[in-house]
Formats: sequence, structure tokens, C-alpha cells
Amino acid sequence: MRLLIVEDDAEAAAYLTKAFREVGHVADHAADGLVGYAMAEGGGYDVLVVDRMLPRLDGLSLIRSLREQKDDTPALILSALAQVDDRVKGLRAGGDDYLPKPYAFSELLARVEVLSRRRGAPAAEPTVYRVGELVLDRLAHRVTREGQEIVLQPREFRLLEYLMKHAGQVVTRTMLLENVWDYHFDPQTNVIDVHVSRLRAKVDKGFEHAMIHTIRGAGYMVRDIAR
Amino acid sequence: MTSPADAKAFSSEASPGSREETAPKQELGALPRFDGTRSGAGRPKRQRLLPTLFRTTAFKLAAAYLVIFSIFAVLVLGYVAWNAQRLLTDQIRSTIDAEIQGLAEQQRQGGIRRLVNIIERRSRGPGASLYLVTTPLGERIAGNVEALPPGTLDRPGESEIEYARSSEALDTPSRALVRVFMLPAGFRLLVGRDLEERERLGIVIRRAAGWSLALVFVLGCFASWYVARRVLKRIDGMSETAHGIMEGDLKGRLAISGTGDELDRLALNLNAMLDRIGELMAGMQQVTDNIAHDLKTPLTRLRNKAEEALRSAKSPDELRAALDGSIEAADNLIRVFNALLMIARLEGGRAGDNMAELDLSEIVSGLAELYEPLADEAGLALACKVEPALKIQGNRELIGQALNNLIDNALKYGAPEQGGDGTVTVAAHLQGDQVELSVADHGPGIPQADRGRVLDRFVRLDASRSKPGFGLGLSLAAGVVRLHGGQIRLEDNAPGLRVVIALPAVPKPVETRPPSEPAASTAPSNPAGLPTV
Repeated sequence: MRLLIVEDDAEAAAYLTKAFREVGHVADHAADGLVGYAMAEGGGYDVLVVDRMLPRLDGLSLIRSLREQKDDTPALILSALAQVDDRVKGLRAGGDDYLPKPYAFSELLARVEVLSRRRGAPAAEPTVYRVGELVLDRLAHRVTREGQEIVLQPREFRLLEYLMKHAGQVVTRTMLLENVWDYHFDPQTNVIDVHVSRLRAKVDKGFEHAMIHTIRGAGYMVRDIAR
Repeated sequence: MTSPADAKAFSSEASPGSREETAPKQELGALPRFDGTRSGAGRPKRQRLLPTLFRTTAFKLAAAYLVIFSIFAVLVLGYVAWNAQRLLTDQIRSTIDAEIQGLAEQQRQGGIRRLVNIIERRSRGPGASLYLVTTPLGERIAGNVEALPPGTLDRPGESEIEYARSSEALDTPSRALVRVFMLPAGFRLLVGRDLEERERLGIVIRRAAGWSLALVFVLGCFASWYVARRVLKRIDGMSETAHGIMEGDLKGRLAISGTGDELDRLALNLNAMLDRIGELMAGMQQVTDNIAHDLKTPLTRLRNKAEEALRSAKSPDELRAALDGSIEAADNLIRVFNALLMIARLEGGRAGDNMAELDLSEIVSGLAELYEPLADEAGLALACKVEPALKIQGNRELIGQALNNLIDNALKYGAPEQGGDGTVTVAAHLQGDQVELSVADHGPGIPQADRGRVLDRFVRLDASRSKPGFGLGLSLAAGVVRLHGGQIRLEDNAPGLRVVIALPAVPKPVETRPPSEPAASTAPSNPAGLPTV
């Protein structure tokens, strides 16, 4: 995956580029908004990671300008501003995701990977998600594993749906809270873990191997390790 | 005194000259003219009070009133004078009429001789009217009028003329109202009355008008000076206090005179503003103190832990564990920091522009559902009693965060003491024009004395110190509630704690009529049976 990091803080930028390269991505760095815009315009990047406050051209304007040029490269906004309506403003400007500073790198990585995958995905979502023997039918609201039906509560269904949509990718707790529950605040507890463990009890219990995996220090992943 | 004509001639002569003289000066005006300004600069110090006085609103108002009252006084006096004169003239006229009628009657009965006799007798009396009887040719037969404007006797009827009673008085003619009456056989009778009385009244009234105008002006000047001085003094006092406050006397407040006038109200409002600013400053101060104390402690701990690990860790695994612990501690600190910032921002009263109409019922039941498994794990039950479609104006994230904190608290501290009812109840219902949202547990509760205190930042009761937390959850919730214009109160759930949040409800337009009625009323509203699109 080719990444462009637009960040004016040299130390943070160096840390991010190094960290992304370590996990096998190509990461370029731009130190201000105008350079970032120029690089993003012709660079063919998969994902842009844009700091909100930048010299010469701020992050939101950068993204807005790109969108006006019909460039829809997924962009994630990093922001030190913690205002309540900050996220809304970021998304309104054309950002695809928003992460307040300070953040854990695992959180940023998980979000960036989801964004890059979304780009390559076909426009229409498949109606059936399939991970190994685990099948989720979005239209019929039915989940089966090895042909056996698994009965899920509506919220459990949506939780599994989101995990399976991003099968093979790390999904963080915050991403689950935002995308499954549509809450954008800090619950300060392990409330998501409890929901996942309930789901796991229904999906994995009684089967040979687990489908829902806990990724330490990051979140969860649905993956078929049988193959 | 120069006559108006002289003055006009003078000014028209003087102005072109002066203009010619000033024109080149104005062209030079781009350059500062020190000589001119300096000569005036010595004076302002002495004159400062007076120009200030002229510039005050009170003075301007007083001057305006002065002008208006003067105009009124002139109008009223003018009306009185005009009316009095008219009344007097009417009286004179009717006297004359009566006399003419009487005399004509006498003439008819006793002929011209009798009339002449009567007139001769009457004209001699003190304060007599004016009488004159003439032949058809205008030769005087009897009467007490010596001179008349020519032609007076040819016009029958009423007129105002100048006359003289005797030949000595020819130089100083008096005014009179006279009436000429044609007697049979061409004789003419003139009866009239002197208008001296009326003239004298006019003079009296004019003089009164002059005096009263002068009085109004003098009194008005005094009054305006007094009022302006008073107001000026109070405003100067206010400026002085404001100056003091600016220089750091933050406790200073504007004086209230107690009259409840505009200045008092202004002072009250400014004082309220200062109080609010003071509160915010105190809040900021508290945040700084909190940061100093409550964040320094965990930071020191974090630092010590890292140092300890660096010094004594034997294996990479031990180091890794220590680092993991450090990251966790740092994350917690970040959380505290975020919460503190959020509270400070909430107390600053800036909601941002993303307040929208929210379905509170949906938020509450959603959160209850989110927390239900957690409650289950803690050995508690989470009951949700929420009326449907409760609408409020607010921010979804903030309301969610506040409620989240309350439920989190209830699950943390709401476990019953020994085998009691372990239900945490989340409820929401409409109470008048407010939506009441409550989270109730059956835990040990909070003693009455501590209930006000726990809403403050970093306050953790001794009973809760063993549990994780920072003592910010309730203060954050309180901040959110205040921002939304609601109230938060802590109640005894006997046993346990109930936190009640009251938020202003968005009035439901559907509630004013039953849902079945609109459907019924649409039918008759189209009586013509026109096709609807």
C-alpha cells in the first residue's frame, strides 16, 4: 500500500513513516499542505494521512481541493483539536475517517488498511459475506457455519457483519463502536470486549477453530485459519 | 445694535474675503500647522470639563427638551393671547351693538334731536364710548370724536380705525373699534370703543411670554447642567471601577444606586458579566490546579515506573511488560486530559453548531443495550424504561457521553451491599416541558452531604477509591447537562443513588391533536371534491 503522510511535526512524521514501513507499506512524507497537495495530486497514493493543522495549506482545505479535482483518494484526518464538532467538520470537508491525537499506531494502521481496502473493493457490496465455512447473508439476515444456523441478536448480527466485511483486517474497538453503534465518544470501559466475547460464544463455540481472533493491543479480526 | 439690513450687508461683504483668505490655508492643511494647534492646545486643560459636558447625552437631551419646551411655551402663550384678544373684541363688539340698537331705538321714538341730546350727555361721562352723529353730508352734529380717517363714515358696518378724541390729541391717535349706522334721512351714527384695553393686555401677555421664556431657559440650563453632572459623575465612577478591574482588581464591582434606572440596570448587567467571567476564571484556575495536582501524580508514577524498569529489568520480556504498562498509564492520562479539556470547553459554554433535534429514546435504549452485557458480567441487571420518541435539542455525542458516564458509574459502584436487588434502571420520560432521564442503582449511594461535591472535578469519595476512575465522569455529565440548558440532581434511591437529568423537551407538534384526527380532517378540507394531486 502506498501512503502519503502530510504532517508538519518532523518527529511525528518520522515515527509514522518508520512505523508504516516496518509493517510493509510504502510511506512518503510531505511537511506542509501545499507540498502535500502537489504530491497527492499526481502521486497515485492509496491512502492519505493528513494532519489538520498544517503550514501554508491546512488539512481540510487540502482535502477539499482534492475533492474538487474529482480526486477521491481515501483520506484520514489527524487532529489535535478535540472539539465536539471537529469530526463532523473533517468529514464534511471530504475526509473519509478522523482520528484525534494522540492515537495508538495500531488504531491508525487498522483504519488506514480498512480505507485502502475500501478503495479497491467493487462499488456494490456483496449480499453474502463468506469466511471459510462461516456465511453471513445480509438480505436474509441469516448466519450459518458449516451449514448450521447461528441465531444472533440484531446488534450481534451487525457486529459480525462489520467484522466479516473487513475479514483479514484488524478492526479496533473504537472502529466497532463507531461503525456498529455509531457512537463517537470514549466509553472508558471494555464494553466492546464483552459484546465480542458474546458473539464469539455463539460463532466459535463448539467448532474446531476460532473465527474471531483477538489481536493483542489492537483489536479483533475475523479470519479462517483452517486454510 | 445694528439693523438686520446692516448685519446682512456686513456679512455678505465679509464672507468672500474670509473665504479667500482661508482657501490657501486649507490647501496647506495637509501639513500639520503647529502654530494654530498650539495656541489652542493650552486651553483644553482648563476647558476639559465643559466640552465633556457638551458632549454628554444628558446635555444633548436637556438642550433638546429646552428647545421643545420653549416652543411649547410660545405656542401656549400665543394661543392664550389670541383667545383673550378675541374674547375682548367680542365683548366690545356686543357692547357697541347694544348701544347702537338702543340709540337707533331712541332716534326712532324721539327723532334726531333726542338722539343728539342723549349722545351729548353720554359722551361727557367718564370712560365714555365714542359717539358721532353727522348730517348726510358728513358735518358733525354731536359726539366726542374729533378726527377720523377719511371715508370712515361712508362705510356702514364695523371697522378698526385710528381716531382722536380732541384736537390736542391729533398727534397721538388711538385705535378704536367702531360701527357706522345709517339713520333714516341720511344721518349717520358712529359708535365705537377705544381698544387701549386690548392693546394693554397684548403687552402684558408679550411681557409674560418673554419672562417665562427666559425663566424656562435659565431653569432648563440649570436642570440640564445638574442632570448632566449627576449622570456624568456616575458614568465616570463606572469608568473608574472598570479601570480598576482592568488593572487587576477582579473583585471590584460597579456601584448600584438602588434607583433601578438605566444606569443601575447597566451596572447590574455588567456586574453579572463580571461575575460570570470571574466564575470562568475560577474554573480555569481550578483546571490548572487540577492538572498540577492530579495529573502530576500519575505522571510522576509513570516516570518512576519507566525508570525502575530501565534500572532493574532483567529480560526483554520484563522490559516489554514495563513498556506496555507505561503505554497504558499514558493512555489513561490522555483520557483524563481529554475529559478535562472537554469539561473546560463545556463550562466555557461553547456548544459548537452541531446541536440538532435528537431522539433521546433511541440514544438511551441504544446505550442501555450497549451496556447490558457489561451489567450482566458485573452480576447486575440493566432495566430500561424509556418512553418512545422523546425529542430534545442537543448534541448526540455529548448526551451519549454523559449518559455513558452515568451508566458506567452505576455499574461500577451500584452493586448492592449484600444480596440485594442488583438492578440498574435507566429511565426516560416526559415531565411537563422537560425530558427526565435517570440512572438509578441499588448500591451504597452517596451521603446527602457529599452530593453537591461529587459533581466537582476529581472528587472521589473514599468508598470508591478502590475502583478505577478519575472522578471526572459526573463533572463531565454535569457540564453536558448545563450546556444543554438542563439540570442534574442526585437523589436517594433508597437504597442507592439516582442521578436525574432534566433537559428541555422539544415540543411535539403531533401531540396537540390525536393522530387519528388529521386523517379525518383532510376529507372535509376538500369540499369541492376537486381532484388532488
